[in-house]
Amino acid sequence: MSPAIERAGASPAPKKPVQKRERRERRSTSLLAHGEPFVWLAGGAMATCLFMILGLLALIVYQGGATFWPSDVPTIALRNGLAVAGEVNATESYRPEAGAYTRLPEGARAQAQAYVARQDGESERRMVRVGNYEYTGVHYQWVSDFEIASTQLDPWMTVIERLARGTASGRFYGVPVAYEFDGKVQAEGSAAAWAAFVAEHPRSVARHERAEELSTHEVGAVNAQLEASRLEVRAVELREGTDTPAHLAAKRVGVERDRVLEQRFLEIGQQIAALRAENAKHLLVLETADGTRAKMQLADIVRAYQPNGLSALGKLRVYLSRWWEFLTGEPREANSEGGVWPAIFGTVVMTLLMSLAVVPFGVLAALYLREYAKPGFLVSTVRIAVNNLAGVPSIVFGVFGLGFFCYIFGASIDELLYAERLPNPTFGKGGVLWASLTLALLTLPVVIVATEEALAAVPGSMREGSYACGATKWQTIQRIVLPRAMPGIMTGMILAIARGAGEVAPLMLVGAVKIAPELAVDGTFPFLHPERSFMHLGFHIYDLGFQSPNSEAAKPMVYTTTLMLILLIVLLNVAAIYVRNRLRRRYTAGPI
Amino acid sequence: MTTNATEHIGQPNEKAGGVFEKIARSEAFRSEVHESVFKDDAVLEIKNFRLWYGQKQALHSISMPVPRGKVTALIGPSGCGKSTLLRSVNRLNDLVDSVRIEGDMALNGDSIYDAGVDVIELRKRIGMVFQKPNPFPMSIYENVVYSLRIDGERDKRVLDEVCEKSLRGASLWDEVKDRLQESALAMSGGQQQRLCIARAIAAEPEVLLLDEPCSALDPIATGRIEDLIEELKGSYSVLIVTHNMQQASRASDYCAFMYLGRLIEYGATDTIFLAPRLRETEDYVTGRFG
Repeated sequence: MSPAIERAGASPAPKKPVQKRERRERRSTSLLAHGEPFVWLAGGAMATCLFMILGLLALIVYQGGATFWPSDVPTIALRNGLAVAGEVNATESYRPEAGAYTRLPEGARAQAQAYVARQDGESERRMVRVGNYEYTGVHYQWVSDFEIASTQLDPWMTVIERLARGTASGRFYGVPVAYEFDGKVQAEGSAAAWAAFVAEHPRSVARHERAEELSTHEVGAVNAQLEASRLEVRAVELREGTDTPAHLAAKRVGVERDRVLEQRFLEIGQQIAALRAENAKHLLVLETADGTRAKMQLADIVRAYQPNGLSALGKLRVYLSRWWEFLTGEPREANSEGGVWPAIFGTVVMTLLMSLAVVPFGVLAALYLREYAKPGFLVSTVRIAVNNLAGVPSIVFGVFGLGFFCYIFGASIDELLYAERLPNPTFGKGGVLWASLTLALLTLPVVIVATEEALAAVPGSMREGSYACGATKWQTIQRIVLPRAMPGIMTGMILAIARGAGEVAPLMLVGAVKIAPELAVDGTFPFLHPERSFMHLGFHIYDLGFQSPNSEAAKPMVYTTTLMLILLIVLLNVAAIYVRNRLRRRYTAGPI
Repeated sequence: MTTNATEHIGQPNEKAGGVFEKIARSEAFRSEVHESVFKDDAVLEIKNFRLWYGQKQALHSISMPVPRGKVTALIGPSGCGKSTLLRSVNRLNDLVDSVRIEGDMALNGDSIYDAGVDVIELRKRIGMVFQKPNPFPMSIYENVVYSLRIDGERDKRVLDEVCEKSLRGASLWDEVKDRLQESALAMSGGQQQRLCIARAIAAEPEVLLLDEPCSALDPIATGRIEDLIEELKGSYSVLIVTHNMQQASRASDYCAFMYLGRLIEYGATDTIFLAPRLRETEDYVTGRFG
């Protein structure tokens, strides 16, 4: 009953008017009450975040996507009589110093100074990738506008991506003028020489690849047999003792075996030499922009094209061919050219191994913490410690991984199982397994926290229902709690993958390398080689950006590799999210 | 509610009363248990059962038999201990840390609270349906045969048979027979509750506990569950907690009125509703308080 009604019914005494608080006069509700400024603040914050993220992504996508597009190669005649040809990488305006004009002939200096003065002392300059390193000694050269006499696009100007040979490295720009076979000129003139090149090039490349295959696989196989033979003798020595009859017998057999193998070694060497000698006969003669004539083995040429004469479709073909090489090829020229397939592969294998390690451990730990451990001081302490683990710098995990996994754990495995290979370490050094375990440790807190939250979100009524059916605690966890929490656990895994796949610092210590000769999974028994070091996209980015001898040429590759890494993480995440959504539909659909 | 109750005290009434005053003064009093409840053989015997949540006593010396093959309803205002008593039968209260128990219960003569009792095996003999439908995150089929699965039953024929029989028993078979492999979470609330009943009777329990099974359902679904309880009568011994007086009078054979953790009056439903011996019981069932 409200007091007013009670009073009305109780007595006829005159009613006292209820004292009301004075209302403040306002034309309309204030903006602060509506929270308008805060909506703007929140929206602004979100817009800023979006702008930064999208800006970064747009930069990477643009730069990464443009790397492989074949741009025109202008031939630039300079006022000092020289000429350069190459792709223009960048243009900027700068303030030339007085000394900048000394490169010009005396007659042209005044004119150039006047030209710069007209533009308030500034001049444009462009960075030209001049290439032809064995002749120019540089890969890039700045050319100022006032130095240029004339610019033209020579339709026969050819871009050559080539394998390094001696001082010859990086790109080559020149016009084909002749084709030589075995010291005799076979074709003269650009068109004829190019036609001869196109006809012969695939055969030369095939010979080169055969020689490479022989020198890596076949020689490698013989080497492996030699090593196996040595290890066999060494194993007998370790078992029976040095210079015991058994050891000496094994040694004799080994020497016999090695002689056959060395014979095979020589044969392979001769085959390789023959292939290389044949390749050395085929030469393309090119003339550079400044008139130097250069001869080049066809086998050294990876890709050659005339960008100035190419149609859009032709350029697209070159573009796609480069992307294909990037995705499937091995890196060459100190990683600044070629592909990143080993790095993609290494990243994926490492991430998968990491997930395999971190998810079961994290889930079990979270299960114990949430379901079995009695809540109290100890559990809170453990929980805080786990959360703090997420804040430890990743390099610390790297140091720990190196010390514990490689030097203690790996070294013990070596002593037990690979004693005959010592002092060469097998597991006692960085490798993809140790890197995965180190990252698993790094991402463990993410999985534990996500799993704990998922477990806590399982409705108590479901557990009670299960207990009431006579299920034990474990049966309830296994059949009700875990399936229901699975989407949440997957969320933890997705976060762990995103964190782990992008991590670089600890990998530098536990197994990521600049060039890995072999992949972690291949055709030789036992197919998975967890002890091998591996290439990683993140580390590859660092290596390209900061360790490359030709850093200007490697720069575009940094963007492309970054784009690749982001795409890869997105791909892994999309796969995990797809699985999670399927689970979610299965286990949490419906009105509850 | 307590103030309302005291308002009626002192009103002229020919029935015996004053029970609430005795409780308020913490005096001992005797539950009014009718002789009729001893007529049938008891499936469950509650013997001088007391329960504490920490320092607070929630159940005071409850003694009552639950007759075999009948429906027994527990009624009383919120917080009177009905659900606590029900959850004590299958020892779900063991999961609450602060609970302390004295006294005992016996299921078909076997002690429930004896030190050597295997709680898991005990719970398999007792079925329970909760206030809110709680289907498990799995298919309809797997929900029904859950208790067999955890017992390690793998024979597909046995499982199929039990599934059909239980779903028919819960009058759900016709609605779901074509989608047994679909998620149980996609069913309607009423269907889910009947599924929970099917799950409970799949284990062929000796006693079936229903904890306000209709409180989260609409009137139509409630009606179907009540019909179902009617059908279960005879083949199962049912102990049901309800807030709904009509439901108790319609569906039950026996009725126990509880208040402040005590059993006040217990007898055949007709007697409790039409001619209770205590004034407090009459007030409650006629809606004058509570």
